[in-house]
Amino acid sequence: MLDISVAYNRYKFLGNEFLSWLWFIMEHEPDKLNAVTGGTVQFTIGNRMVLENAAHNASETVTIKGDDAGLEEGILALKKGAFVTDLNLIITEDEQQWQLTIKGESFNITGLKVPETGKIETREDIEGAVLEKIFLYEKIVGWLDAVYTFFLGIRLSSEWDDVVIPQIKKWISQ
Amino acid sequence: MGILSSNASITRYQVLGQISDPVMDTLIKLLSQHTIEEIDAESVDKSIGWTSFEDPFKPDFSQSSFVIGVYFLFSFRIDKKAIPTKVVAKQYHIESEKRLKESGKEALSRNEKKQIKEDVLHELSLRIPATPNVFDILWNYEKSTLWFFSTQKSANEEFESFFTKTFKLNLIRQFPYTAAMNVLTENQKDLLDRLPPSRIVE
Repeated sequence: MLDISVAYNRYKFLGNEFLSWLWFIMEHEPDKLNAVTGGTVQFTIGNRMVLENAAHNASETVTIKGDDAGLEEGILALKKGAFVTDLNLIITEDEQQWQLTIKGESFNITGLKVPETGKIETREDIEGAVLEKIFLYEKIVGWLDAVYTFFLGIRLSSEWDDVVIPQIKKWISQ
Repeated sequence: MGILSSNASITRYQVLGQISDPVMDTLIKLLSQHTIEEIDAESVDKSIGWTSFEDPFKPDFSQSSFVIGVYFLFSFRIDKKAIPTKVVAKQYHIESEKRLKESGKEALSRNEKKQIKEDVLHELSLRIPATPNVFDILWNYEKSTLWFFSTQKSANEEFESFFTKTFKLNLIRQFPYTAAMNVLTENQKDLLDRLPPSRIVE
């Protein structure tokens, strides 16, 4: 295993490729995500996306914000060689909704909102509320881990260069 | 922002190693030994340490109240005194004038100025209370995973070094490479070692 700080910088691209692929798969083959998460889980783009183009030693950043923001700018950035570096996701299962932003290079999770839990009215309610929150956090983290593991399987196989990259090229050129 | 917050931030870690047996006794001892110390009445500008999740301003680990299900839940607290530079400048000016008047001199020496500044900072740090920042920690001891409820760089760095100092255990932050190493086969790890970034455009 590489030195941690070396590995962090060396493999930033892997997290950004993961988020870019996730956007593509959400648009084109959402059923695959259902299969990976084992149920009726739906992934959709939330209200924020950041793309960065670090090609040619010059960094260009595109930020798309807003609940109804169009993603055309994002597609344009992908066409120029950018990758998604931050992605806000809305994830639903049946009637329940989670929302979070995930950062590609660090996998830090921010702005995590989980389905509403019971109100805390007395000190005795705290343990139950904490366990409920943990259950909801574990669920979302478990889904993200499952999707990332699925991505790694593809990324480290010939399917990535032979199938996925041509599909992404076709998607952004449409 | 903590575990019960409506808007949480999480940095995930893997914990390397185990606490020596009996785990609960060791944990109580170590948390108690490294509990945050109050500095409001002290001439100290910073204090860090562990505190209780349920009552972060009155830490008490003696009742095992930090065990919930299979998790250890406690908090990391960073108390800092922020003395505004303009307040320091004002007090320094007042004190300098006072000393000049008392001594009858026209100017203060370099050492005198230095001493006045130290006295002013000491005096102010006794009067200004520390600002506490509390970050929750959820440690699944069986799975050796830990969540720190913040993504602030400085808080994470303080937490990592204090955790290792307290428990003599190392933490590995979970980012794309380390998360991959948890799930890949040996063959896939070799492929990852040689993996170049992709290019979507030519």
